Amino acid sequence: MHLKDISLNYKIPLRVAVLVIVTASVLAPVLVYRSIGDLRDNMVANADSMSRVIAETLIEPILHDDVWRAFEIVNTPFRIPQDQVKAQGAEYILVLDAANKVFVSTQPEKFPMLSDPVAIEPNISQLVNHTQELDKLNPSVMESHKSNSFYLATAIQSDGVRLGTLIMSYSRKPFEERFYTLTKAAILITLLVLAVLLPFGVYWGRRMAAPLLQLSDTMSKITHELPDPEQIKLEESKDEIGQLAKSFKTMLGELKEKEQLQQQVITSDRLAALGRLAAGVAHEINNPLGGMLNAISTFKRHGEQDPLTLKTLSILERGLVQIKETVAALLVEAKAQTRPFDLNDVADICTLVQPDVEKNRVKFTREIDIIEAQPISSTLVRQVIINLLLNAFKATQAQGNVHLHIYRDSAHLFIDVINDGSHIPQEKVSYLFEPFTSMSEGGSGLGLWVIYQIVQQLGGLITVQSEIDHTQFTVQLPLEQPRE
Amino acid sequence: MSKIRCLLLLLLALTFTPTPFARELPVKPPLRIGLTPVFLDDQSAFLNTWRSYLEQHLKRPVVFTQRGSYREIMDLLRDGKLDFAWLCGYPYIRNRDHFRLVAVPLYRGVPLYHSYLIVPATDTKTRTLTDLSNKIFAFSDPDSNSGHLYPEYLLAKQNLQPASFFAKNFYTWSHRKVVEAVASGLAQGGAVDGYVWDTLSRTHPEITARTRIVTESPEFGFPPIVASARVSMRDTGNFQKVLFNMGHDDEGVILLDRLNINGFVKGDDHLFDGIADMARFVEEQRVNAPQRH
Repeated sequence: MHLKDISLNYKIPLRVAVLVIVTASVLAPVLVYRSIGDLRDNMVANADSMSRVIAETLIEPILHDDVWRAFEIVNTPFRIPQDQVKAQGAEYILVLDAANKVFVSTQPEKFPMLSDPVAIEPNISQLVNHTQELDKLNPSVMESHKSNSFYLATAIQSDGVRLGTLIMSYSRKPFEERFYTLTKAAILITLLVLAVLLPFGVYWGRRMAAPLLQLSDTMSKITHELPDPEQIKLEESKDEIGQLAKSFKTMLGELKEKEQLQQQVITSDRLAALGRLAAGVAHEINNPLGGMLNAISTFKRHGEQDPLTLKTLSILERGLVQIKETVAALLVEAKAQTRPFDLNDVADICTLVQPDVEKNRVKFTREIDIIEAQPISSTLVRQVIINLLLNAFKATQAQGNVHLHIYRDSAHLFIDVINDGSHIPQEKVSYLFEPFTSMSEGGSGLGLWVIYQIVQQLGGLITVQSEIDHTQFTVQLPLEQPRE
Repeated sequence: MSKIRCLLLLLLALTFTPTPFARELPVKPPLRIGLTPVFLDDQSAFLNTWRSYLEQHLKRPVVFTQRGSYREIMDLLRDGKLDFAWLCGYPYIRNRDHFRLVAVPLYRGVPLYHSYLIVPATDTKTRTLTDLSNKIFAFSDPDSNSGHLYPEYLLAKQNLQPASFFAKNFYTWSHRKVVEAVASGLAQGGAVDGYVWDTLSRTHPEITARTRIVTESPEFGFPPIVASARVSMRDTGNFQKVLFNMGHDDEGVILLDRLNINGFVKGDDHLFDGIADMARFVEEQRVNAPQRH
């Protein structure tokens, strides 16, 4: 698996960890280095000031040849408990006389009085050989790499006469110890910081990755079916991810709308094709059918026929009439303009449907928001309303409600028929207006087809919204514009 | 009204009545006592306790005076700037005309002590002082018997002088510091008051353990407490009484134990005859010997 392929869920926390580790491992050595440098500078500064004080104090004991006082003076720092001395103090202090022999030292066993210091500690030969050039004001520092120590030499002078030399030896061991201690501390602190920052980083990374993961998850779900935009839960914020989520949601909404539109187009195309087919078939059937019915009628009118023939002809005639009726129903043709639709038509409709209201025992309510006559064919509108109401009565259980609402805007007449009957499943809605799609038992399945054809011919729209306990058919019909 | 006035008067009366506690004692001049490192005189807390003990028993203030060398105390005492001093037998016999013997401490039951010749514990070879030829030697004080006169005497008997016999010699101005100088290895040999060494081995065994006693001198009179010739007999008597009775009260016993002595006795001038003989011999030798400084 390539590093690139790791989930953001792990990648971001990993990056945080790497960042923390890199920062710590860069900072820690720098700090350790600085600290060691400071320690050394401190030590040198300390040694410098101490050596000046000691050199000054030693003048009198050397002049008086007071070895013991000199010893007490140089030994004073060594009387402090040893563990404190180790950290900053000198390893040993050596006082040389004018002849560069040991006058006194803090390690008399190593450097006995009167001995040659160079013979004992060859590392300081360079310092001892240059004591003549030492300046009282400027102690000279010498580092010896062999002995892991550094030395500080100060001239002991009185009235310009060199009485001796003060040599202080410092071990570099405290630096090493300090280095190890600091490094250890740095590692420990780094680990501690990591322990604190890592969970934070993981949390932070997850939080950062979460919206992206959510988005990618949602995207992966889009296959054939588009999810409902309402059901997509994406974090909304004003950052880039939030904007991305928002755009994605918008895009999804638009896709969904497009899909619906496509569905509608498909449905109406299909219905239009069906209509053309039905019209064509009806036309082709109607011609021979008319001839056949005419022939039967002529045959019945001329001469005496035996009863069997008459009976047979009757059967044929009834069958042909049934075919004719069916074909007529399929072939909805807008009749010529009759008269405008007005309130009388509404009253007629109510009267006409009354027997069905009673039969189905439904509560039928009306809400008529038109007053004057509407410039639209009353015959067709009546047919539409009656068909819609009859359908609604059938779909409604006893004691159910059916509501008719007629209203208009500046250019359209609207007819709403609402019932609280059984719900039309979504998958059936697309086929609802096709012929022989019956929702109820005993229906011809042509009622909605006829309505659809009429509405189509009038240039209107019919929509259906069906939820549980609420099915609403809305018909929108354009009104003829009064001629100027 | 009258009650309040009474109360006020009472308060006023109380304010101006001298309280019995504030009464001042007649001021006596303090008794000035010089101390030298013939004992472990670097214990300030102990000295404070001893001083207040003496003040309490002498019923007068006591001042202890310490100086860097025996000679300074000696001079102060001779000049009458000190009343008493605890010093070495050697300065005493040299100033017998100016000083009066007051008391001699009893050490291990006798008013005597020894001088020890010590070397670092690491030195196991040295058997006598002569073995330290050309070494570095620590004396305590030029006016000390055990810490200077006795080893000088030993050398003088062999017609030797410290300055030429030793590679280098120096003074530490205190017996205790001789032990420290030898213990630290600064000096390869040293002469020290045996009593001081013994006492130090009780309180600081870690220091004395790093030294080894090579030889012990014969007995000498213990460093005495002496009085300036100017001190009245009454003051001397009072001081003697307090010193002699130290062993008779608990506090005194504790102090004597801290001093590591048994008490003080009158003492006898003849105790210091040995020192006087050595001093005479060494001084003659100094005069006769060629100076080699």
